[in-house]
Amino acid sequence: MLAIALASAGVIHPGAAGKDPDSNVALHVLNRVTFGPRPGDLARIQQLGVDRFIDQQLHPERIDDSEVTRRLDGFQTLHLSSSDIAQRYEIPALQERRERQRQQTAAGKPADPPSPPDAAMDPERQRANLPMIELAEQKIVRAVYSDRQLQEVLTDFWFNHFNVDARKGPARYMLTEYERDVIRPHVLGHFRDLLGATAKSPAMLFYLDNWMSADPKGPHLDRARPGMRRFGTGSGQARAGRPLPSAPANPQQARRPMGLNENYGRELLELHTLGVDGGYTQKDVTEVARAFTGWTIENPRRGGGFRFAPALHDDGEKVVLGHRIKAGGGERDGEDVLDIIAAQPSTARFISTKLARRFVSDNPPDALVNQMASTFRKTDGDLRAVMTVLLTSKEFLSPEVERVKIKNPFEFVVSSLRATGASIEDARPLVRAMQQLGMPLYQCQPPTGYKDSADTWVNTGALVNRMNVALTLTSGRTPGVTVPVTTDPATLVGGNVSDTTRSTIAKAQSGPQAMALALGSPEFQRR
Amino acid sequence: MPRRGLEETPDMLNRRAFLRDGAFALVSLGFAPSFLQRTVAAAGPRSRDKRLIAIFQRGAVDGLSVIVPYGEAEYHRLRPTIALGRPRTTADGVLDMDGFFGFNPRLSPLAPIWRRGDLAVVHACGSPDSTRSHFDAQDYMETATPGVKSTPDGWLNRYLQVRHAERESAFRAVALTPQMPRMLQGRASAVAMSQIAQFGLRSESMNEGFEAQYAAAADRVLNGTGREAFDAMKTLKSADPSRYQPENGAAYPQSAFGQALKQIAQLSKADVGLEVAFAELGGWDTHVNQGSSQG
Repeated sequence: MLAIALASAGVIHPGAAGKDPDSNVALHVLNRVTFGPRPGDLARIQQLGVDRFIDQQLHPERIDDSEVTRRLDGFQTLHLSSSDIAQRYEIPALQERRERQRQQTAAGKPADPPSPPDAAMDPERQRANLPMIELAEQKIVRAVYSDRQLQEVLTDFWFNHFNVDARKGPARYMLTEYERDVIRPHVLGHFRDLLGATAKSPAMLFYLDNWMSADPKGPHLDRARPGMRRFGTGSGQARAGRPLPSAPANPQQARRPMGLNENYGRELLELHTLGVDGGYTQKDVTEVARAFTGWTIENPRRGGGFRFAPALHDDGEKVVLGHRIKAGGGERDGEDVLDIIAAQPSTARFISTKLARRFVSDNPPDALVNQMASTFRKTDGDLRAVMTVLLTSKEFLSPEVERVKIKNPFEFVVSSLRATGASIEDARPLVRAMQQLGMPLYQCQPPTGYKDSADTWVNTGALVNRMNVALTLTSGRTPGVTVPVTTDPATLVGGNVSDTTRSTIAKAQSGPQAMALALGSPEFQRR
Repeated sequence: MPRRGLEETPDMLNRRAFLRDGAFALVSLGFAPSFLQRTVAAAGPRSRDKRLIAIFQRGAVDGLSVIVPYGEAEYHRLRPTIALGRPRTTADGVLDMDGFFGFNPRLSPLAPIWRRGDLAVVHACGSPDSTRSHFDAQDYMETATPGVKSTPDGWLNRYLQVRHAERESAFRAVALTPQMPRMLQGRASAVAMSQIAQFGLRSESMNEGFEAQYAAAADRVLNGTGREAFDAMKTLKSADPSRYQPENGAAYPQSAFGQALKQIAQLSKADVGLEVAFAELGGWDTHVNQGSSQG
């Protein structure tokens, strides 16, 4: 639409691409399949051919990714299991804190000692935060440098689809494993496998409370169950400051019966599979929740894995979307539910729509969604097949959808770094920039994930912030990030550049200012 | 790393220091801080429009230790160790309000406002959802849809969506926080900034270039929002909220929260179209190490 509007206003100018329709297609593909073109990418994709590039990206296992592997070499926690992270980072910090409080209490001081004003410098806290810091850094490093770009775009997409917020209690040390072992390996695999992996992941079991969901009539009611304690605080701020809870402080809590928790069941249907209009009822939600009772976590405080607890399970018959799940199925009940809902036509449609929204436009064409959904059903949810249909469709490659998507803040930051060929020695300032831009990494509160539509990301405050990030980045005021001066800053925009944008860039007083004007320009806010 | 979200802040300290400083606001229970009331009241005819200042005290305060039902025998029976004393019986006795309820003695600055009839307390009102997760409990408070996690917007934003805007202003709703709180997220536009001065380009010499780009953009969405952004920057610059200094003896604490409130007052006085403001204070989580009168 933008291209048409510009054409009718007679202001089309050759940027990096020019009027050559082939290079516009190539840029479009780079804007959508990758996190944005780097210097030299356009020439490379044109030499290779757009079709071959897309095919390559659909098979990340064939792409050498040693550069990003090397860049992530120095990170300490990315390869650790949740259990190791809990043992090495979380628990020592909590114990240290508890010991300090014990000593202070013994010395008659207040239980909550004054902390230094600059709490960020507290080494104990810094250590406990390392896994989350590294996780956020690696997300940026991979997005900027990985040659398996489609895999990274899809990992971002699917993490957001199966969102878990790091701020909810112990979720924060489960996310390294969650993204690495649950999300990334499945993004071009079968949907059912991805769904099953999330359903059994401690991160999801914890985030949506299924770990504590139980048959209210079950035999567990009179048992004290290890690990079943009151968790954490809202914004996650006070949590680590407290001692490990031992027993419920309030005897009423200890006696409080465990109940059926429908949170996972509800979001599973509404957000993960069928969609809100996907044709299910509240009764289905309850039945699904009953099926998942007993799907819990071995020891959530210590990063334990999935465990099926028969004592919590409701073993009666369930009926989900008209399908009967016989009594006595135990752990299998949950798998049956996943089989049923993964095979629903509304799931095929919901997932296809969401993928098309990410790659094509906010309101993707019906014809394309139908074609994707049909492939989804025919292939039992083969996501590579669905993505192939999407990326080779005429709707995706149509000039009409070039630059119709507004970049979200992550796409804006990463595409800026890629366009400028920035060198990242320390990604932490970029992680902080994501907060300023209103999209803190791994901290999206609702299970909906961040929204993928223009209206979410375009507002006055957001635009001011983007211009400021462009200024900070190009002026060398982002410590740990070096942005080389570009000889022809208008090429950073990638593609068509309006007269005004071109002339403001030309009139800039310095190279960095010209680059800032390119990255903060209206054209660069779209992909 | 996202510091604020992932680290514990010294929030118990914040809370205690804040109580000690006597500047205290509890909108969820109907309070407004006295110094803010004074400054707003003194702002003159410009500020006749009503403003809603929402303050979220993150955590979970024990309402029975804030507004104490000291006249209830069960209260004393069920809280043998942490009950507060009846008025004037002990050093930490409550301040009587109506013969049944009393203020926690640390809230003495609110007592005169109460006696003047300028303060309302809505007691024992909270979320019907019994989640054990503070994270979810706060989420429900902000979306106002207890039990429904996927609500996309916050209640304060929905309020803005249905409320007639008094005038077009980028500063109709402002959160004095680094990030937009869940409460204010949604379709209605709102601005989040931890400092008023942050709403502007870091390098003012760049205003002209960027403004020209957005003014000429054929892209309707970015053109419109870009124009609004530069108008807003100009509005703020000419209104210069920082020139308004506290009056009537108001002394804002130096804490982030105190400064947020001060800036809300400045935005109010600067007459930039503020209708809704938001500030927050962590540390209202009293179930561990709970005391009585010291919180």
